[in-house]
Formats: sequence, C-alpha cells, structure tokens
Amino acid sequence: MNKTDVLIIGAGPTGLFCAHQLGIIGLSCEIVDNLDKAGGQCIELYPDKPIYDIPAVPECTGEELTNNLLKQIKPFSVKFHLNERVEHLNKTESRWHVKTSGGVEFDVAAIVIAGGVGSFEPRKFPVKECEKFEGNSLFYSIKDKSIFKDKTISIFGGGDSALDWAIELSNTSKVNLIHRRDGFSGAESSVQKVKELNDQGKLNLYTKFQLDSVMGDKNIELVKIKHDEGEIKEFKSDYVLGFFGLIMQLGPILEWGLNIDKKTVQVNTENFETNVQGIFAIGDICSYPGKLKLILSGFHEGALAARGCFKYAKPNEKLRFEFTTTSKAAQERLGIKK
Amino acid sequence: MAKITYHTHDNKTHTIDVQNGLTVMEGAVQNDIPGIDADCGGGMACATCHVYVKEEWLDKLPSKEDGEEDMLDMAFEPKNNSRLSCQLIISDELDGLEVNIPSKQG
Repeated sequence: MNKTDVLIIGAGPTGLFCAHQLGIIGLSCEIVDNLDKAGGQCIELYPDKPIYDIPAVPECTGEELTNNLLKQIKPFSVKFHLNERVEHLNKTESRWHVKTSGGVEFDVAAIVIAGGVGSFEPRKFPVKECEKFEGNSLFYSIKDKSIFKDKTISIFGGGDSALDWAIELSNTSKVNLIHRRDGFSGAESSVQKVKELNDQGKLNLYTKFQLDSVMGDKNIELVKIKHDEGEIKEFKSDYVLGFFGLIMQLGPILEWGLNIDKKTVQVNTENFETNVQGIFAIGDICSYPGKLKLILSGFHEGALAARGCFKYAKPNEKLRFEFTTTSKAAQERLGIKK
Repeated sequence: MAKITYHTHDNKTHTIDVQNGLTVMEGAVQNDIPGIDADCGGGMACATCHVYVKEEWLDKLPSKEDGEEDMLDMAFEPKNNSRLSCQLIISDELDGLEVNIPSKQG
C-alpha cells in the first residue's frame, strides 16, 4: 500500500505541474499513468511538434516541455507508477483507497484527475470477428516476439510501429504488410527498407488494401483483405497485428460517480473539485463555462486544485499564501541552498 | 454561413447553418450532433472527427494538408472519401455540403 497525500491520475503537463504545486505547499503525491512514460498527449501525439503558447516559452516541443516539467518537480522525488490504469476508488472514512489495473494500491487524502481525454488504448480493427481472436492470435502490441518465429504474420498499418515490426519480423517469419494507401506515415528510411524487402521477396507488401475478414477456429487461420476497387485476396496467416496508433478512452473514470458531460468531468472553478468531495479534475478532462483546452489553463487549474487538496491532506492546518521568491518553506522544499 | 448536412449513423439527418470560419467539426460539436468526438480539439492529432464526404463534394473541398492523410490511417474504417472534419473550414462555397458520420470513431 502506497500512502501519500494526493494521487494524480495522468502524467501529462497538467498532472506534472500539479505535482509541483503540491510539492511547493508541502503535500506529497504519486502519479499513475497508463502510458510507459510521462508526458501524456505531448509525448504520445506530438513529441517533435512545436508549441508556441506556453507563457514565457516562445517555442518548445512536446518532449522539451515534458523534460522541463520533470526537471521542475525533481526536488520533490515524486514516485511514478507507469503502465498502470486506475480502476477502482473506494472511500474509507476520510481517505480514498485506490487500486490500479496492475494491482498497485494507494491510501490517499485526495485524488486529482489530470487524465486528458482519457487513457490511451490501442485503436482496433473495425472488423467484428477480430475480438474473438484478440490476445491469442491477434494483437495490437507485441510483448513476446518469439511466438512469431517461423509463422506467417499479417501486419496492418502504415506508421512506424507497423513498418519497424514488419522489417524486424521478416528475419524470422513470413510477413505480409497491408496498408490502406501507397503513402506511409512512418520514417522514409523504413519505407525504403520495406520496399527493398518486398522486391527481394522477403516480405509481401499490399497497399490500398484493408482487412476484410479473419477466419479460424480457435486461432486465426485465414485472412481476407479487400482492395480499394473491390478485389479480395486471401492468404493463410497464423497471426494478425494491427498498428493504428492509440485512441483515448475515458474507461473506469465513468464509473466513479462523477458528473460527466461529453467525455469531460464537470468542476467548479474555485478549486476544480468535482461533484465528489476529494476528487478534483484538471486539464483537458475538466469542463466549466469558458474552459479552454490549453496547457496554460491546465497549469492554472492544477495550482488551484493543489490548494484544494490541502484541506483534505492536512485538515487541522491552515494554508498560508506564499511566493516561491520569498518563502523559506517553499525554498526548503525545493532544496534551494543559500 | 453555409448549410451543412450531417447524416448520422442512426439514419438521422441534421441540417445546420454553420458560420463561416468555424469547422465542420465545430458545427457538429456545438449542435450536439452525435458521432464526432474531436478528442484533440481540432489539432489533427487524433482522427476522432472523421467523416465521409458526399462524393460530389470531394473536389470542391480544400485539399488535405500534410498530416491529415497520416491521421486518416488511424481512423475507424477510412475510405476514399474520408476527411477530418476539423480541417474543413466553413465558407459560402461549402453551402450544401453533406457528410456522413461513421458508426464510431474508434
């Protein structure tokens, strides 16, 4: 059991800065995120793309912003729980008992949801039969590549994941790579490599095709793909892999009794608390009149939510407003030596 | 101002006057037309505002910018007439545009 003052759900910029604000006012926190790294949408959707509207930072990339925020909260030694999704919340007297998908448990005074538009989950095939094979012969990510050795694999997608896995698996497996158009979004060098392998007969590339159907008893045996113009091709396949990026799903958040409207959580603008006492929501996931989905708004919301958490974490203490420039306590917390 | 017709998956038709300068996505979201999630808010970063454009309109729309086709790779059941509705900016020329909203966005 991890005991801390506040649990932050989501390690995007808003969650990271909220951790900073909690640290400044002397509260401890831990952060859970479903991705394997901090940064949220900044890292997952646009690590290399520039952002121009962070106050006093004329230009930075999603990755730079994340790294700077991580640097800013370093003094507080915040513990991260990555690859974990918060599943269950339970109120026990005045504290919350929280459990994640991986069985990590927390005992906290308050919860701050900084979950963006939900947790990132793989996008799936539209073909219905695919569900039946998911996890045994159809995958959206690879955990153990050894199972593919000497098998026939059909990979769908045109981004880096699809291209990289097609190239790598073509060494030990028979690979079909299927993509909906001639262009690819993955790296040009990978595209060239795939085309070379196709020319050498080490991989079969099918463009302007999409999955039509999968057939098999327990495991996939046969795959049918359909061309833009209607032509159907079918081939034997032991495994199907789909790499269509990630989509955001609210998931378990829907079941926590929060007021939800159009995939966002309603909050008050005084301290960004939800209708449930002790649960706050900040960043893209919260809504209130005038809400702007900007990172800077998330920072503001996080600063106020952190102060809102104080009364739950330290009910017998009074929080005094201070500036980091002059507050001895804040500077000590930041580890500043004079 | 342009009249935009949204055909939703439940076989309903919604015709809305959308102001110039807004996007086809915003026209749907602001009028509670179901099926357009627009998770990223119009940043061409998520493909959840994917629509099918009525064929006769395809050539009349502004062409795709870099990145839109890449995002459409991620869309649910993309077709040749797929567009991201956040990239379709309303002008008088789009008056009468019809789009079909897919059964789901992911």
